[in-house]
Amino acid sequence: MDPSFLAVQALSGLSSASSLFITACGLTIVFGVTRIVNFAHGSLYMIGAYTAATLVPRLLELSFGPVTFWAGILISALIVGIIGVIIEVLLLRRIYGAPELFQLLATFGIVLVVQDLVVQVFGPQDILGPRAPGLRAPVEILGRRFPSYELVLIAAGPIVLGLVWLLLRKTRFGVLVRAATQDRDMVASLGVNQALLFTGTLFLGAFLAGLGGALQIPRVSANTGMDLSIIAEAFVVTVVGGMGSVPGAFLAALIIGQLQAFGILIFPKSTLVVVFLLMAVVLAIRPHGFFGRAEIVGGTHAVGIASRSPLPGRRFMLLVVIAVLAAFPLLADAYLLKVATEILIFALFAFSLQLLIGVGGIVSFGHAAFFGLGAYGAALAVKWYGVSMEAALPLGLALAALGAGLVGAFVVRLSGIYLAMMTLAAAQILYAVAFQWVEVTGGDNGIVGVWPSSWASGPIPYYFLTAALTVVAVLLLKRIIDAPFGYALRAARDSEARAEAIGLQIRQHRWMAFMIAGAAAGLAGGLYAFSRGSVDPSLLGISTSVDALTMLLLGGIQTVMGPLVGAAALHALRDWIMPLTSLWRLLLGLSIIAMVLIFPRGLVGTVRDWWGARA
Amino acid sequence: MATTSTIRWLAPAWLALGAALALGGSAAQAQQAPIKIGELNSYAQWAAFTVPYRNGWQMALDEINAKGGVLGRKIEIVSRDDGATTGSATRVADELVSREGVSLLFGSFLSNVGVAMADYANQKKIVYIAAEPLTDAVTMAQGNRYTFRIRPNNFMQVGMLVDQAKASGAKRWAIVAPNYEYGQSAAAVFKRLIQERVPGAQIVAEQYPALGKIEAGATASAIEQAKPDGIFNVLFGPDLTQFVREGNTRGLFEDTTVLSLLTGEPEWLLPLKDEVPEGWTVTGYPWDEIKEPKHKAFIDAYRAKYNDTPRLGSLLGYMVMTMIGNSIERAGSTETDAIIKALEDAKFDTVIGPVTMRGIDNQATMGAWVGKLVLKGAAGGMTDWTYQDGASFMPTEAEVKAVRKD
Repeated sequence: MDPSFLAVQALSGLSSASSLFITACGLTIVFGVTRIVNFAHGSLYMIGAYTAATLVPRLLELSFGPVTFWAGILISALIVGIIGVIIEVLLLRRIYGAPELFQLLATFGIVLVVQDLVVQVFGPQDILGPRAPGLRAPVEILGRRFPSYELVLIAAGPIVLGLVWLLLRKTRFGVLVRAATQDRDMVASLGVNQALLFTGTLFLGAFLAGLGGALQIPRVSANTGMDLSIIAEAFVVTVVGGMGSVPGAFLAALIIGQLQAFGILIFPKSTLVVVFLLMAVVLAIRPHGFFGRAEIVGGTHAVGIASRSPLPGRRFMLLVVIAVLAAFPLLADAYLLKVATEILIFALFAFSLQLLIGVGGIVSFGHAAFFGLGAYGAALAVKWYGVSMEAALPLGLALAALGAGLVGAFVVRLSGIYLAMMTLAAAQILYAVAFQWVEVTGGDNGIVGVWPSSWASGPIPYYFLTAALTVVAVLLLKRIIDAPFGYALRAARDSEARAEAIGLQIRQHRWMAFMIAGAAAGLAGGLYAFSRGSVDPSLLGISTSVDALTMLLLGGIQTVMGPLVGAAALHALRDWIMPLTSLWRLLLGLSIIAMVLIFPRGLVGTVRDWWGARA
Repeated sequence: MATTSTIRWLAPAWLALGAALALGGSAAQAQQAPIKIGELNSYAQWAAFTVPYRNGWQMALDEINAKGGVLGRKIEIVSRDDGATTGSATRVADELVSREGVSLLFGSFLSNVGVAMADYANQKKIVYIAAEPLTDAVTMAQGNRYTFRIRPNNFMQVGMLVDQAKASGAKRWAIVAPNYEYGQSAAAVFKRLIQERVPGAQIVAEQYPALGKIEAGATASAIEQAKPDGIFNVLFGPDLTQFVREGNTRGLFEDTTVLSLLTGEPEWLLPLKDEVPEGWTVTGYPWDEIKEPKHKAFIDAYRAKYNDTPRLGSLLGYMVMTMIGNSIERAGSTETDAIIKALEDAKFDTVIGPVTMRGIDNQATMGAWVGKLVLKGAAGGMTDWTYQDGASFMPTEAEVKAVRKD
């Protein structure tokens, strides 16, 4: 390959790196101070792009020139900064003390709300922004043309890095931000006005997200998919660089930019994989990223099911539940049965996550990986080997357990937010493989024709099959939770040091838990594949993982039965809202936010507390 | 308690309502329950195409119902968002079929969703009319007797473009296509046809960015590196916009023949604004230059009704709905087998002229407009175009028989 081509490709990589850094830098600062993993950061980026693409052309009509253009970009970023302040004051301020899972979920609620609001405010069409005045013509580099705006972007990254560095090193605000990043409680004890500090940080973070988005308008049309596509990459940058570290984010962005620019030449079909593969490799070698530090594990962050004495009459309750499940087909029509089947499947999926999070304290953001592996395992077995459903379901389960074993081996070495991000990376790698390995997985098409055997087809038999398998699997998991193995996991969750001191093999226990949870999620995934007749990569996507988390938290993380109730509530709600309105994302997002604020213990937990208070 | 008194209060009202219903029912047969038809499309994700498409079928629906409906019954469309993924679409379809009890299904945008819907239709034995999915699979390898398509598929549209490529003399071709069913299918057909019909043609570069996730700068320079004298483009939507901007800046399209699927359709052309790559040979919809009275009347009526210019989606939505109404009328019932019989080998008199639904693969003979892109004022349009009838570009019956499983 000739050198001029390599040079141009490297420059392309540098300009994407710069854009990525500006956005990710905001995310890492916000995390450093508030310890909130802000999913909504991508939404702020998207708002920045939409605002600029709408605002800048109007300003250019008033007076055409570079000054107007750049002023428009800055104004858009400022507007996004103010939106960040509003989000902080209205929502985040109320949940700083909450477990990190709740914070994550609340910010995901914002993502959903913004997705619908953006379409309402800016219209459904993608908006292509104007080119920057004076930067329309390309420049010649080694005989090749290169867009001059990209050169400006390449410069913008280091400029932002420098300004942020000055802000953090030379101002009182910066000193406080750094202090809070190191030890938030100490800063509070010293009498610093935390509310103001946090609001300021959110403003800075949102401003940078908005700036990152606004700078994109000459290259990318503002579209509704921008939020999730940038947030995944921004997460990778912050995690690889070390959460809270601005120079780390810069280095990580540089590496990722080059990987993408050259990856496209070597593996034109696997651009999505390389980014997450980098994250997995870095975390496997350096568990806290390039410049991250070990987190001080706070007591408030370890939440999960408590040990309680068993309820009297629980056998009777179990029989009632089974009787109701068995009698349900008598009452319901075909569609209700379909909904009930899906609720059962999701209940099993959420329950398997409960074993990890509630019992083991292993916060997984990527549980969809195992659900999807189960579904794909079953579907691939049907497609390539023509096996029947009876053989495909166990194969799916086995593939999920195997995958969980592999992922778990890396994951159990990590802790806290890095652990969560590693699970996310695993799920995203699998997503990318399913998405881009078209020859085997069918890519975006997925695999169709995954229908159940004839005896189980039709809504009633398939419902019974699902109900039977779900009940057996849930009872088995419940038995595991109440066994010494489950108690060992709880011990490790509540105090790693003490659990180790009494001789528990924490990593091995967690690894086992990972495989068991993965196998159960895989069974759920296989059942889901046959209920729909097809699989597609979205089963492995972020939103499937978030679904499981939502069900778990909606039901209540501190109770064993919470996820089952949560699955039923969420799925029924969605089934009921979706046909009624086109704004279902908005409603779902608002309900998630309301849930986090009002029922932080979940439905079952709240009812139980209320019951306990009466007694 | 309030309930008993409420019931007492309401009793006369209920009686009155019951009487009114009874009277109304006997008064006219047109008061029969409407025929329910299920429709699903990616209204949130691909609004640029699907919203005009919805306007189109809504317009046809209003016209049908204003004339009293079909078989003496009004038509009611139950419309849903298909979520733009295969799983979500089949789930929504299941809801439409088992909860709403619709008689047939139509819609969907992405080709992968179309393939999944075809499989669903086959499994549940319900008629599905694909609206926008263009992959050949819907009527070829994955085709079945329940699945129909009205738009010209990839094989037909690529065939029209390759005919134009012969004249250009370009031999070294690069392909850029979104990496999912539609892009893969179009790329495969192009590779086959260009080598069959243009002697000496070779493929020198292929780029398959993930749908909606193109790295436009890197993709453009990777193509440039191969020094092609022809480019075949399948990108559309946000990917296309970015690719065109990067390509324009880097001079990628200068002295290069570019063949591009669908780029002449207003839904993809308008977002490009004044950066329209002039001279690309495209399939599209030059609505502003159409003169045939019937077609012109449709365009004028659409503009008057929605105060917007038509997209190809508008035309398609209108055609699909009128053809469905027509088929149910001729079927004489809403039974699946009767509808299939009424669709197969049927001739329809549409706003763009006669269209036949070929029975062997359930593919209609609707054609496409082929021409060159040109800047007209502040936005792009088509010039030098001709309407190519689909009938002369369809796969032969032998080819169909070789790949279809039914």
